[in-house]
Amino acid sequence: MQRLSRTLHPYHAWQTPAPTGCASQFKGAHVVWETIKKSAADKANASLPDPDAARKTFTWQEARESLDGLPGGGLNIAYEALDRHVAAGRGDTLAIRWLGQHGETLDLTYDDVLKGASKFANILAAHGIGKGDRLFSMMGRTPDLYFAALGTLRAGAVFTPLFSAFGPEPVRTRMEIGEASALITTESIYRRKIAEWRRDIPSLKLVLITGDDAPEDCVALAPEFDKAPDRFDPVKTGPEDMALIHFTSGTTGRPKGVVHVHEAVVTHAATGRGALELRLGTIYWCTADPGWVTGTSYGIIAPLVNGVSMIVDEAEYNLDRWYSTLEREKIEVWYTAPTAIRMMMRAGREAAQGYDFSALQFLASVGEPLNPEAVVWGNEVFGRPFHDNWWQSETGGIMIANTAAMDIRPGSMGKPLPGIEAGIVDTEAEGDALRECADGEVGELALRPGWPSMMRAYLNEEARYNKVFRDGWYLTGDLAMRDAAGYFWFIGRADDLIKSSGHLIGPFEVESALIEHDAVAEAAVIGIPDETAGEVVKAYVVLNPGQDATEDLERDLRGHARKRLGPAVAPREIVFRESLPKTRSGKIMRRLLKAREMGLPEGDISTLETDEK
Amino acid sequence: MTRDEIRSAFIEELIRIAPDLDPDNISGDDHLLDDLELDSMDILNLVSALHEKLGVSVPELDYPRLETPDKAVDYLAGKLG
Repeated sequence: MQRLSRTLHPYHAWQTPAPTGCASQFKGAHVVWETIKKSAADKANASLPDPDAARKTFTWQEARESLDGLPGGGLNIAYEALDRHVAAGRGDTLAIRWLGQHGETLDLTYDDVLKGASKFANILAAHGIGKGDRLFSMMGRTPDLYFAALGTLRAGAVFTPLFSAFGPEPVRTRMEIGEASALITTESIYRRKIAEWRRDIPSLKLVLITGDDAPEDCVALAPEFDKAPDRFDPVKTGPEDMALIHFTSGTTGRPKGVVHVHEAVVTHAATGRGALELRLGTIYWCTADPGWVTGTSYGIIAPLVNGVSMIVDEAEYNLDRWYSTLEREKIEVWYTAPTAIRMMMRAGREAAQGYDFSALQFLASVGEPLNPEAVVWGNEVFGRPFHDNWWQSETGGIMIANTAAMDIRPGSMGKPLPGIEAGIVDTEAEGDALRECADGEVGELALRPGWPSMMRAYLNEEARYNKVFRDGWYLTGDLAMRDAAGYFWFIGRADDLIKSSGHLIGPFEVESALIEHDAVAEAAVIGIPDETAGEVVKAYVVLNPGQDATEDLERDLRGHARKRLGPAVAPREIVFRESLPKTRSGKIMRRLLKAREMGLPEGDISTLETDEK
Repeated sequence: MTRDEIRSAFIEELIRIAPDLDPDNISGDDHLLDDLELDSMDILNLVSALHEKLGVSVPELDYPRLETPDKAVDYLAGKLG
């Protein structure tokens, strides 16, 4: 086997802590990789056969009109996802084929999911949970989760998914900020991560536990589900009523609750068609977990609104299982993530031999930039290239994409979708006005607000919300450049956020957990390049006087962080320092640690007061 | 190497990667992902550590054969056999 190297991938040389402001001409690897051309047939079959023409004629008004709206007025995501199809005679179409962890299969038609969601809405209503209340979910990918998501929206309440591998600390913080009214989880997660502090969330009225039994003060879902009526008229919600909250990390301070409204479904519907080729009856597999925004927008809403038959796999990534699933289920559209693709690449082409992937029509990737090798590898192994696209929790849906009819420049995120105006701006220009960078210059990726799934708020954080808008642009926090052909290229984050396995991790949250340990005086957390995960979390720790920097303590600290934060967020590596580089105002210069870690120029260090030792 | 030695080497590397685990509470049939809550990056690191420690290469397709300590010991013993 190949050694699991941790060497720097050439691609990561891009992800340098680049300066903000339009940097001089960018010389990236994009010039090296050959463009993947699309055939006339590819173009003719695409949802957007001529993307440039579509960009000129597309209007969000027209996209709105392609949805039904609630009878008698209003808009509800769950209605567009389910009732609409049942009303049109598609109730018997397969909506979800659920693949259980241990080989079980359960087929649910649109009619079945509508009934399940209606039952769930009735359960919520019976417990006094209704319009505007917030239901948090923290559970694996089982049918209950899908009933809960759609039932919550149907009941007019707000669906807020959490990643089930989070440790107790991130869960508690998010439920406090989100003022959770209800929670659905499993008994195991509840006992391990929630029971201890549950009483400290005064807003929390209802805890539903999947299965037949529930601990004290919780309600078992299965018996309630059995007796609940399977009809529930959707609560009349308007386009601007709150529907979803997705939490995202900030560089400083607590995580931010990104608020989306029911009108977001207009973007989900349009981008599901335009960027992912979702159509009635398409067999579709989104590998993202609904605990993250991709797994909700494109793992629940966009596919169902577009009437596809989707595969939901309860199990985590497993090479043989994934290849077998692609073959057996005859997956046509597959939306996955760079970390998973790189894990497949690790296993080599041989591992894919003998499988029949001929049903695959369209492959897409999101979560972090997909390196050019992976795009090309997809083309060789699956007979189709991966189409990278770009968006974030705040945008609610795909904004920039390589669509089916577009030639692919491997490594590029593609071009703005119809209805989206993107630019590269210099945020360091004098005054409030932003200067648009010329093609080939690096600046901050910015979008003109106005598409339906744009966030409406960071929950209770108006100042932080206002800060991301300037001079008529929404600033994404990503550094990028546009080439002369209009393709956008990701360069790096403009801030200190870490992208690990597609998850955005806020250094502050990790540092806070480390500092809670008795031995720790100070901590700084950065992402370091990793061939598979993109980046992994590394911590620099200053110990309290009298503490010895031993291997045992290093392990103890990592164990502490894993217990609090969960493995996806906790540092994989901790090193000890006598002091950390800081500015005169006492701010830790994570950027400098990162530059040193990567052997890059240190940049402007004029504000450096104390240095790393 | 005896099976006991392989087991203790496996547990030692497991704990190094996931120091939140208590070796006394790990049973032979605990599932690494479901019960011990490792993630896929942990598994990659574990395979890499086992390679370094025992000289055993574990191809990607065989990762499921390491899914519990008991299965891992069987697999590694076979490879070292």
